[in-house]
Amino acid sequence: MAKKPITVTVDGVSCTDDVEPRTLLVQYLRDQLGKTGTLVGCDTTNCGACTVHLDGRSVKSCTMFAVQADGHAVTTIEGIASDDGALHPMQQAFHDSHALQCGFCTPGMIMQSLDIVTEHPDPDEATVRENLEGNLCRCTGYQNIVKAVQAGARQMAGGTPDATEAGAA
Amino acid sequence: MIPTAFEYESPTTVEDALRLLAEGGEDVKVLAGGQSLIPVLKLRLAGPELIVDLGRIEGLRGVREDGDALVIGATTPHHEVATSALVREHAALLVEAAGTVADPQVRHRGTFGGALVHADPAGDLPAPALALGASFEIAGPAGVRTVAAEDFFVDLFTTAVGEDEILTAVRVPKRTGWTAAYEKFVRVAQQWSIVAVAATVRVEDGVIADARLGLTNMGSTPIRPAAVEQNLVGLAPVGEAVEGAVADVAAGTTPPDDLNGTADYRRHLARVLARRAVVRAAGA
Amino acid sequence: MTVTEIGSPRKRKEDQRLITGRSRYTDNMVLPGMLHLAAVRSPFAHARITGVDTSAAVTAPGVVTVLTGADVAEAQGSLPNAWPITPDQVAPPHPAIAVDRVTFAGEIVAVVVARSRHEAQDAADLVDVDYDELPVVLDLEEAEKDDVLAHPDLGTNRSAFWVFDSAEAGTGGDVEDALAAAGADDQILLERTYYQQRLIPAFMEPRSTVVDPTADQITMWSSTQVPHILRLMLALTLGIPESKVRVIAPDVGGGFGGKLQVTPEEVITMLAARRTGKPCKFTETRSESLMAAHHGRGQVQRLALSARRDGTVTGLKVQLLADMGSYLGLVTSGVPILGAFMFPAIYKFPSYRFECTNLFTNKAWTDAYRGAGRPEATFAIERLMDDLAAELDMDPIELRRKNWIAHEEFPFTTVCGLEYDTGNYEAATARALELFGYDELRAEQRRRRDDGDPVQLGIGVSTFTEMCGLAPSRVLGSLDYGAGGWEYAQVRMLPTGNVEVVTGVSAHGQGHETAWSQIVADRLGVPFDDVQVLHGDTAIAQRGLDTYGSRSLAVGGMAVVAAADKVIAKARVIAAHMLEAADDDLEFTDGRFTVRGTDQGVALGDVALATFAAHDLPDGVEPSLDSDATFDPENFSFPHGTHLAAMEVDTETGQVTLRSYVCVDDVGTVINPLIVEGQIHGGLVQGIAQALFEEAVHDESGTLVTGSFVDYLVPSAADVPSFITDRTETASTTNVLGVKGVGEAGTIASTPAIVNGVIDAVRHLGVDDILMPCSPGRVWAALQGADKGRGAEAAVPTVNSPEVADRDIASTGAVQTGTDQGEQQ
Repeated sequence: MAKKPITVTVDGVSCTDDVEPRTLLVQYLRDQLGKTGTLVGCDTTNCGACTVHLDGRSVKSCTMFAVQADGHAVTTIEGIASDDGALHPMQQAFHDSHALQCGFCTPGMIMQSLDIVTEHPDPDEATVRENLEGNLCRCTGYQNIVKAVQAGARQMAGGTPDATEAGAA
Repeated sequence: MIPTAFEYESPTTVEDALRLLAEGGEDVKVLAGGQSLIPVLKLRLAGPELIVDLGRIEGLRGVREDGDALVIGATTPHHEVATSALVREHAALLVEAAGTVADPQVRHRGTFGGALVHADPAGDLPAPALALGASFEIAGPAGVRTVAAEDFFVDLFTTAVGEDEILTAVRVPKRTGWTAAYEKFVRVAQQWSIVAVAATVRVEDGVIADARLGLTNMGSTPIRPAAVEQNLVGLAPVGEAVEGAVADVAAGTTPPDDLNGTADYRRHLARVLARRAVVRAAGA
Repeated sequence: MTVTEIGSPRKRKEDQRLITGRSRYTDNMVLPGMLHLAAVRSPFAHARITGVDTSAAVTAPGVVTVLTGADVAEAQGSLPNAWPITPDQVAPPHPAIAVDRVTFAGEIVAVVVARSRHEAQDAADLVDVDYDELPVVLDLEEAEKDDVLAHPDLGTNRSAFWVFDSAEAGTGGDVEDALAAAGADDQILLERTYYQQRLIPAFMEPRSTVVDPTADQITMWSSTQVPHILRLMLALTLGIPESKVRVIAPDVGGGFGGKLQVTPEEVITMLAARRTGKPCKFTETRSESLMAAHHGRGQVQRLALSARRDGTVTGLKVQLLADMGSYLGLVTSGVPILGAFMFPAIYKFPSYRFECTNLFTNKAWTDAYRGAGRPEATFAIERLMDDLAAELDMDPIELRRKNWIAHEEFPFTTVCGLEYDTGNYEAATARALELFGYDELRAEQRRRRDDGDPVQLGIGVSTFTEMCGLAPSRVLGSLDYGAGGWEYAQVRMLPTGNVEVVTGVSAHGQGHETAWSQIVADRLGVPFDDVQVLHGDTAIAQRGLDTYGSRSLAVGGMAVVAAADKVIAKARVIAAHMLEAADDDLEFTDGRFTVRGTDQGVALGDVALATFAAHDLPDGVEPSLDSDATFDPENFSFPHGTHLAAMEVDTETGQVTLRSYVCVDDVGTVINPLIVEGQIHGGLVQGIAQALFEEAVHDESGTLVTGSFVDYLVPSAADVPSFITDRTETASTTNVLGVKGVGEAGTIASTPAIVNGVIDAVRHLGVDDILMPCSPGRVWAALQGADKGRGAEAAVPTVNSPEVADRDIASTGAVQTGTDQGEQQ
């Protein structure tokens, strides 16, 4: 089938490529752009490992065609650290809270966590858990992930990660 | 994980989309949010020749008022419906129902109209749409027609929308001041509804003045238990009274019998959830 | 040695690459000219292959070749089973690509090799396979009858029959005597049948393999827990010289036993790469993974336990039917045997007999899944103990106290002949009860019962132990395992004073890089950040037996300690020379050799530099401090703990909610409390998932119904609460670190805690068993059955887990099981 030209801004860089219409966004990111930080864990839109941001909100990049992203901005796990390499506060919080083990769900978890903070700047435990319902982790039992999201949110708000219990369940 | 190859078009007007459908024949699929269609394509359970993406048509997205109705554009994402102030004010039931669809990522992409046209019996929007008496604006080669909710859901995964037609908007009569609850029963959060009951009520002077209910996954299409709605009118919204009124809520239903429960169990759940939904709606 | 790192909550070294997306999972790998594989899998659970037509596929765009079973029949050998548990064990040949018969749905019948994944998948759809369907056997109790055979050629479904008897072994009395005596008035005989449903390990990273055949040594990257075993087995299976194969396990996204395997996909990718001369990649989809990667659990447990009316258990007899699936994988047959020694758990049972019948069925083969044999055993005994407590109207904690090994009785030789080195069940239990608020919850439970609250409360107890640190090689030998249980490490001193540690265990999320760094930092007195841990590559970690069975620290960590001690010994000789002192006069503390009684000294890093320069070494001393060590444990280690779950059961809907969970684990000395806690959390959720959510369900034709994450319910953050975890520390005396292992503890302990809690919530309503997973439908059906007296309808008729809703319970005397399958179905 005929390839389609697309232009997508990925992690701040404009990329123009020809893609087969059936190419999933995640396949475009991984196979054509080498953005292998975004991972694929299932084929039924359940696991959330492939979560990226499309124009600032979280989506599952395995459940979108690359052609649908034409003209839009995509942010992946590889695009959230500062230009000088400093970790994003949410990445730092995942590290500090031991919120990952094998790491496979981590990029998706972090991207979804950032989306939670967009809507809930200081989320309580229940809010975090409810909003991670589309991200599966098999290693951590989620407890430290929840902790990390709350700590990361506080850090993003300008506080120190452990400063307050405000909003904590 | 890899769909079969297809041609892809993303028209910018409804007219162009209809023309593409007409030319494309039987092997065309309409893509809205894609949150149900794309998994089906990835598993190769469908292999269309052509996909017509509605995502770039202006005017299909958004919630607006039109007299005594809300008009929800077909490609309005669930998240937008769930967080819309207009919807909260005039069709509260949709706030909770749209907010329970799948997970946040899916709610960012998945669309209100797409989910309704997909008409999965376990989907969370058909029953509320039916309960609210929504009507469906369908564009086709002969122009736009409007179909009432009771005529819209035809069978499993089948609606009144023809192969050469597109759902463009859903009109939801305003029920300002009505309160609502959507009782969804699942084993894990992300799951499709095993059973769910949608209820929206108007309470006056401490009694139920009006009630509208919808049942999810109790048959091949959503069900509106009209007799139960009548039973509820005039009752104080407390457990025992409501329990009696909803006792026959599952009468005549044909729920599935699968991994998540027997048909009998689902009928029982429908009764419990109907009571809970009505009581919670009335207290909301 | 000054201990500053061991016990410190160091943040993990592994994290940086994983949180920034610079990970190296196998599927991330791209090599020049790489080809992609896609499999054609059987839709039938049992069928004869009557034809494979690849003509359309081979001419499809991008296709390089199509491999069928016939094409590779000579070359592919038989996938290995390393644990023939009896001399007369029966096993079918295990082809990577089925040749003339398929024996489970999902078995590979052909593989397309193409230039892109898309093209490979497109062409795979064009392969036309003709099948003649054969009868299937799926259910264990059916398989036992040998009416329908999973492998007609074998003439039986029985793979092996394995027995341990304490009277025969001389480690205890005769259980038949104990059971017979229970007929007397003052005694109780409990007979139960419990079912362990099939589970799917469901590691988050689907398995992926890349093979590069373009160098003299063929390199395989694979998402595996066992690169060393894989290398050896590839050599043995395919007849390739072992030295010509290098296996690398790069970042691996979880395993839980599910990647303790030599897979058809790995063998096929190797064959395809060798045939095409090009790098080849095979990455499975999740659907393929759930269908065809090995499953776990799958047992029928027939149990008889005798006790005196004061609660003292006098005997336990266990008869297992264990589901092998249709083939024997790497350790399939041995998994139930690992459980054989764990049924008596923490208790002083005087007599014990264990019988296991391994049976073939037409389903994906089973093998290790987190805990492997031990969760099954722990579930059975902890459920039995709760049932016994209920029968005696005793508090379940009190009953356990009456039977467990008191802390002053260690070391204790169990009725299985295992020597438990240390433990303190009293301390862990006391702490757990305190954190849980046991008495308050019991009071609330009474209140809810009295009030007829629609939401009932139950308290689940699980006091577990496990055998970890697999394993003393001589024990493995006595159990007919095909390899030893030692582990290897190497410590290399770089001229800068940096240290490279090579370990033979292969991490996939456990944090070895961090924990091993902590051990070596303390041992050698070097900064934590100066230690680099290397693993998972047979060319770097040239020896090893890999990661499973909570062995990494207790065995692999000990090898690291031994290698580090050798470095110190070698450095001491050179340091003495540098300091012009006698070896014996040197002390080594905090990374520095000092001459006793003086301030003269030299740092280990300086010794390393001097050794590197080698300008002035003592005569006959080699210019290297690098050392390696292989450690073979003398004994297993025995972590234990007390887990308590407060379960709410909504009697209107059957919905079960875990309200609170407390566990106090004793895993011995803790190297890194952050990592230990993380292992516990994750283990708990997997065990809870067995109790409440997960089950591999097949329909009557053998198709996996739970073939995606839509139906195979792995819980999310929204489905579980936070846990209260604490520890007691009783150091193991079988290794100098005092460690016991933690990888499987949470999973082993939590399943019975949850189910005991569910039953405790509804036992007064007449329910004394609910099949796992305790889904709302099953709970509700059990309650309905209880209302009617007995004989609840099956809530979910599944092939491999017959529904058992309730049982006859005589109010006094002997308790007889009411699980007649014929009636129940």
